[in-house]
Amino acid sequence: MIGLYLDELEIGRIIPLGSHHFTRDAIVDFARTYDPQPFHLDEEAGRRGPFGVLSASGWHTAAGWMKCYVATNQAAEAKLRAAGKTPAPLGPSPGFENLVWHKPVKPGDTITYTLTVTGKRALASRPGWGLLFSHSTGVNQDGDEVFAFDGKVMTPVRPSSG
Amino acid sequence: MTATELLHYEDFHEGQVLPFGTYHLTKDEVIAYAREFDPQPFHLDEEAARHSVLKGLSASGWQSSAILVRLAVDAYANRSAALGSKGFDEAKWLKPVYAGETLTGRVTILSKRRSASKPGIGVMKCLFELLNSAGDKKIEMTGVQFMKLRQP
Repeated sequence: MIGLYLDELEIGRIIPLGSHHFTRDAIVDFARTYDPQPFHLDEEAGRRGPFGVLSASGWHTAAGWMKCYVATNQAAEAKLRAAGKTPAPLGPSPGFENLVWHKPVKPGDTITYTLTVTGKRALASRPGWGLLFSHSTGVNQDGDEVFAFDGKVMTPVRPSSG
Repeated sequence: MTATELLHYEDFHEGQVLPFGTYHLTKDEVIAYAREFDPQPFHLDEEAARHSVLKGLSASGWQSSAILVRLAVDAYANRSAALGSKGFDEAKWLKPVYAGETLTGRVTILSKRRSASKPGIGVMKCLFELLNSAGDKKIEMTGVQFMKLRQP
């Protein structure tokens, strides 16, 4: 993550991921493809629906996190390369836990995502790799937390020079 | 479909398995999603993907989860008095979902109860599974589905 190896990512480190703006058109487009429930497609159905407002699919809110996460990683990797260093590659993720949508994301909302490193361990099954654990949140422009989950990602261990 | 024809909380039971339809995932859709939300080389470019740890052009895990949701919406959520979800306890991205695969899945109702705080609403804990046409399991997700009661 952010071009760093497992041993360089200390537990408790906070990584700001940036923000994603949700327009009405983007909310409806995403929902048409992946989550076409009435309350994600139409204002009137949104008002009558469980959230009382036209709201983004929770999977759109998660996709906004991924967009910010990849951009943050790629910027950090470019910075390391510019300094003549080789960034650690971002590995795949085996999944997530404790994903919560606390509040609806509405048209016009801007969600700011933040990741905190919460744990790490080497992978006995994959020499040279470990798992990095994290907690991420999404907070809207009013300061309300709307989204959170615990992530994990495969992260390389720094190759020994010997 | 009128409100009375919709499935309600009473129509679901523990242990029930609802099969999903199919979703053909094209290469263009993998790349379009990746460009917008997950622009890593192994989701964008076939050549880069072949040399990656995933060994082929594969969908973002979040896209694969979203496809599982689409299958669930078509199979039961939009035929029922579904009231959305609060979250997912766990998701396992077991295997990459590759461009060109035809996907299907199922939901299993693990447990159900009436909400103590919200009268008229039921809470169903569900296991969602995504598979390809060869039967390889790609995703397991466990989450909550809120469902209106027919008779509160």
